[in-house]
Amino acid sequence: MEKTKRIKTIETRNLVSSIKNGGCGECQTSCQSACKTSCGVANQKCENTDK
Amino acid sequence: MIHQYKLNGYNIVLDVYSNSLHVTDNLAYDIIALYKDKSKEEIVEIIKNKYPDLTNNDICECLSDIEQLERDNKLFSEDVYKDVPVNKISEGNIVKALCLHVSHACNLNCSYCFASQGNYKGKRALMSFEVGKQALDFLIKNSGNVRNLEVDFFGGEPLMNLDVCKQLVQYARSIEKQHNKNFRFTLTTNGMLIDDDVISFANQEMDNVVLSLDGRKHVHDRLRKDINGNGSYDVIVPKFKKLVDNRTKGTYYIRGTFTHHNTDFTNDILHMADLGFKELSMEPVVCSPDDEYALNEKDLPVLLEQYELLAKIMLEREKAGKGFTFYHYMIDLNHGPCIHKRLSGCGSGREYLAVTPWGELFPCHQFVSDSRYSMGDVWKGVTNTGLRKKFELCNTYTKEECKNCWAKLYCSGGCAANAYHATGNINGTYEYGCILFKKRMECAIMLQIARAETAD
Repeated sequence: MEKTKRIKTIETRNLVSSIKNGGCGECQTSCQSACKTSCGVANQKCENTDK
Repeated sequence: MIHQYKLNGYNIVLDVYSNSLHVTDNLAYDIIALYKDKSKEEIVEIIKNKYPDLTNNDICECLSDIEQLERDNKLFSEDVYKDVPVNKISEGNIVKALCLHVSHACNLNCSYCFASQGNYKGKRALMSFEVGKQALDFLIKNSGNVRNLEVDFFGGEPLMNLDVCKQLVQYARSIEKQHNKNFRFTLTTNGMLIDDDVISFANQEMDNVVLSLDGRKHVHDRLRKDINGNGSYDVIVPKFKKLVDNRTKGTYYIRGTFTHHNTDFTNDILHMADLGFKELSMEPVVCSPDDEYALNEKDLPVLLEQYELLAKIMLEREKAGKGFTFYHYMIDLNHGPCIHKRLSGCGSGREYLAVTPWGELFPCHQFVSDSRYSMGDVWKGVTNTGLRKKFELCNTYTKEECKNCWAKLYCSGGCAANAYHATGNINGTYEYGCILFKKRMECAIMLQIARAETAD
């Protein structure tokens, strides 16, 4: 976690670099998991071992 | 684009395109809100009026930190994804997941069932092993180099066709190695037919089990009744408990639906947790606005409040060692989905298809009762390529309403079926769902921040 006096930056995945190292398709299809409606993609786990 | 909000005592700033997340004090929060619209001098003036005790130096120091974050592309970063191909995952018409409708029949008669009590407005039917086998062969043949393949036994009630489910798993296991594939099965069930045999099969072979329970007994029994009109709560809860107690691998979700009748759905989630279940999911009902249980505009502020309440209670319970998982608050900030996944969304009509008992293909389970959405069959494959093209062009970058939405890389344009049912167009947006989704994401992010703080 990076920190200045008034701003803490939480560590998150760099989406820009995932343009190159993402897209393998091994992750779960969103709707196949717990919900069958109103799903998003944010709660999916990345399963790319080469990233 | 940024999104800033205050929740549970935290000032949160999300930088949408870089996925950077910041927690700030009030001064930084206010300066960030002014940063793009006001000059430096104007900002100093406004802030000094609001915080008279602060010196110019304090304000300029904070401004300087914000400028640095902007230079580092962690605040106000530009959209660099417009030219990224949105369908990289399904490129070459890859299919990697099937919703197998092994049963278009059900032993419950739930009032709100989107599948019209299991038969999807058509004939009651069970899938034969031959059709299911062909579906698995179709999946292997069309999955390219993708190794993990997902198959959901769905219905109606899939356990009304248990033998075929078992045969299909056995068949998949017999061929997966030679094709370098790994089948991941899910069972979505109402629980009525769960017995020791089902528990053993589900816990051995199912990567995930989705168990339908709406929460408190009176809530559940109001809409989830058997064909004689009796509530199903007392039958299924002990069965679910036994299945979950015996589950040693894979996930499960106790999944509920909330309606206009239980807008205080947090109580239903807590009821599930108090029954001893730890992996929980609860979703808004999908139905016609004319249905008596449909959620309405007056319900909306109540629901938003409930989501916040749920998040706060979850933190309290975690601190007390009684934590549980809520599916819609699961968010992995470090190892979450890549940009390709975030652009391509749920994959319906492309890498994810539904298969009817007679082998017909549809974009997803929600479209199965609509013959206009027939895509082909498991023998000939996807023959309605125009429809596939439509779904390829249905994502967060093709929807006008998503253009300026901060949550677009979290929802990826949302559910095509919800959009279709709300607007008549898969490229429309179901605004009510969007509002709820955004609140869930705000809560999910806040929870991660609170947990990180506790860990520190």
